[in-house]
Amino acid sequence: MHRYIGNTDQDRVEMLKEIGVSDIKALFSSVPDSVHLDRKLNLPVALSEMELIKNLKSLSKTNYNTDDYTCFLGAGAYDHFIPSAVGELLSRQEFYTAYTPYQPEISQGTLQVIFEYQSMICELTGMHVANASMYDGATAMTEAAIMAVESTKRKEILVAKAVNPEDRKVLNTYAKFRDIVITEVDYKNGQIDVDDLQSKLNSNVAALIVQSPNFFGIVENIEAFNDLIHNNKSLLIVSADPISLALLKSPGELGADIAVGDGQSLGNPLNYGGPYLGYLAVTEKLMRKMPGRIVGQTTDKDGNRGFVLTLQTREQHIRREKATSNICSNQALNALTATIYLTLLGKEGLNEVAEQCLQKSHYAYNELIKTGKFSEVFSAPFFKEFVLISEQPVSELNNKLLQNNVIGGYDVQKKYTELKNGYLVAVTEKRSKEEIDYLCERVVK
Amino acid sequence: MLKKQPLIFEISKEGRKAYSLPKCDVPKSVNDEIIDKKYQRETALGLPEVSELDAVRHFTQLSQRNHGVDSGFYPLGSCTMKYNPKINEIVSRFDGFTKIHPLQSEETVQGALKVLYDMDEMLSEIVGMDQFSLQPAAGAHGELTGLMIIKAYHENRGDAKRNKIVVPDSAHGTNPASAAVAGFDIVEVKSNEKGLVDLQSLKDAMSDEVAGFMLTNPNTLGLFDENILEISSIVHEAGGLMYYDGANTNAIMGITRPGDMGFDVVHVNLHKTFSTPHGGGGPGSGPVGVKKHLADFLPVPVIVKNENGYKLDNDRPLSIGKVKSFYGNFGVIVRAYTYILSMGPDGLKEVSETAVLNANYIAAKLKDVYHLPLDHSPCMHECVFSGDWQKAENGVSTLDIAKRLLDFGYHPPTIYFPLIVSEALMIEPTECESKETLDEFISVLRQIAEEAKNDPELVKTAPHTTIVSRLDEATAARKPIVKYMR
Repeated sequence: MHRYIGNTDQDRVEMLKEIGVSDIKALFSSVPDSVHLDRKLNLPVALSEMELIKNLKSLSKTNYNTDDYTCFLGAGAYDHFIPSAVGELLSRQEFYTAYTPYQPEISQGTLQVIFEYQSMICELTGMHVANASMYDGATAMTEAAIMAVESTKRKEILVAKAVNPEDRKVLNTYAKFRDIVITEVDYKNGQIDVDDLQSKLNSNVAALIVQSPNFFGIVENIEAFNDLIHNNKSLLIVSADPISLALLKSPGELGADIAVGDGQSLGNPLNYGGPYLGYLAVTEKLMRKMPGRIVGQTTDKDGNRGFVLTLQTREQHIRREKATSNICSNQALNALTATIYLTLLGKEGLNEVAEQCLQKSHYAYNELIKTGKFSEVFSAPFFKEFVLISEQPVSELNNKLLQNNVIGGYDVQKKYTELKNGYLVAVTEKRSKEEIDYLCERVVK
Repeated sequence: MLKKQPLIFEISKEGRKAYSLPKCDVPKSVNDEIIDKKYQRETALGLPEVSELDAVRHFTQLSQRNHGVDSGFYPLGSCTMKYNPKINEIVSRFDGFTKIHPLQSEETVQGALKVLYDMDEMLSEIVGMDQFSLQPAAGAHGELTGLMIIKAYHENRGDAKRNKIVVPDSAHGTNPASAAVAGFDIVEVKSNEKGLVDLQSLKDAMSDEVAGFMLTNPNTLGLFDENILEISSIVHEAGGLMYYDGANTNAIMGITRPGDMGFDVVHVNLHKTFSTPHGGGGPGSGPVGVKKHLADFLPVPVIVKNENGYKLDNDRPLSIGKVKSFYGNFGVIVRAYTYILSMGPDGLKEVSETAVLNANYIAAKLKDVYHLPLDHSPCMHECVFSGDWQKAENGVSTLDIAKRLLDFGYHPPTIYFPLIVSEALMIEPTECESKETLDEFISVLRQIAEEAKNDPELVKTAPHTTIVSRLDEATAARKPIVKYMR
């Protein structure tokens, strides 16, 4: 028997006898012969633990990792520092081998973690209530759009063109199947074009989605248009990098009805794109329309504080065909990651991370301009990422950098053809002056 | 374990810290000059301030208030709470897998692309499909993706009126919910007296408006639908497609394949069948596989292989688009990849055989004391009891039985699902558990059946030994407290 199987051959014999059948085959008597697989599955033969580690280690080494290469790539996923205690605590089996806390008496750990997570997301975003997590930032934004459509009974969503194109792609997929009209609002100097926004607002608009800092790293001037949105009886959905919220006005302060974003930057490794987590937080008014799980505080029979899954009548397993969201499994372990990360960094630490992102990205911006190889394209304020126009095609530039152990920025032209040779550079707190100077040096050579 | 567990906010003290960062080594600009004051946060950030030890103790103590698979038996039906092998965790944490950016150029992530490509091929072989997308993040997300593919397929044929999805009344709650989110109307068909799809009702539900039929096989009653080929042909003859909810794939590996049963679209749950940890509710992974005629509609990108290695193919005009950022929950996929390579074809077949053996053993040893409503043929990887004998005799409900199990250190089975069995108790032991573990569990359930007769109050007031007793869920929902209030 395989090492992950509990029974011995002798156990099998005894158990079959208790069941009253002669062999294992008899247990599959309801599987018709015509669909029986009459051959072995064509898969590689089983490997021992030693062989597996050796093979997979060498496979993993064929990837260029961000320890060996200095990473200036962002565009939705960021190379932030992760304190050692995060990984250690996540490795507690009681957290990672458990499932959804359906039995609260033996799940107080997970439930309290989610409650603390919800509290921290509310602190960051300035919103009233957060759910227990969504799959990622893109699906959180999409679910926010669906929520807006459902609660306003309107069918059009305006989305700023400077919202991450990857997120807009996901939004477009869902929208197509629900007959939601998606209209893009142009940008001007990297921020939303308020004139274009005004011209596109109409009585069918359920919400505007705006990201700040946006895909170009630029902070949107949301106060310039939040009244426009609300006067139109539309909702304002703000997507934000949670790290930026240590320094920047929160969606709540800006009048958002729904705040969403990707929580990868809160202690989650890059992991080639996942698992990350999406956060979603809303005003009190929208609480009962929110998708996903929510944990609430209560007491037990003896008056002890405890936590339970609550407001479950919103959820798909109760609503079935009346559901407006189908989320069931979420990204709980990544929400735990974010909670541990925010605990370790705390108030001061998160501020310091945000401050260093701000300072280092501005230093890099200025130094890259000084190389003479780039020109400016936007003058609006940015947080940890910025766009410059490169003199040479981005792919050539990045190939050169890669040979010098640098993973260069994102080729903006791939998604915004009007920004020819646009170069999106991300500079987190992890980048040192030396690394930034080296980048600038290599750009020139 | 502490009886009173503070919130992290309650142990916070101004001035404590648990982080260290290098000094900012670039020449500093004045914040207000680079970001106008009007953009800056005005309210203080209420995050906790604790020492590193405070943080470590806090989360360690919280973990101790949880029950995981490593803590003890976890027979939660439909969730396949099997052992999560440690090597999977080690491999998934290799730097070459965790420290790679999703937008790195293809030549720098060939190893990662190979994992995705190989997973597509191996999953295709296991369930008999032609191509997989690994993008969906969970089972329900896979359902939604599969249903979008079905819709896109019909529309591409110019058959736009197919707006109905048929589901049996035994279906997982996510099935109708996913169909609704994909923009379909839902038609429910009743099960027959054997708990299987009622063929006449299915025929009656068919029309030229039906886009597809969603089925779990074995179904949520743990029964394999012996009429599966007839079901497929009824649906196909009406022009519909067959959708396989792969939540129960743990019963059939190496024995039969959805592709051979006539299914056109399949999702599997890597966090169930393929041993990746459930994480307290996620992350999961719900890859979607399709037959050839649907491959063009899969989400982009698809991983392809040519003489220069592996590539991401985004040029697929019929694709439904993207359903998630990047390529899926890659870290979860790496764990499942490791698992399949450690099992091989013989190991996977042993898994399904043993999972089915274990469930039948529990059924056989308990059916004299608990009502086993659908006992006409062997069950598959799970068995569904009803607590209705206990309910009728002494007013002891299935919830009470579940709560009493907590006193013995077990995670209870899934309760009150499937909906078509009253007082349902759905037990899925998985292949990982030994005969000794099952025997112990069986004896405890027999003892509880005795208690229900002789001392019903003991069961009705359970649990008695847990850190908290039954919680007031009604007040929690009526007056929601959903965050810490300073």
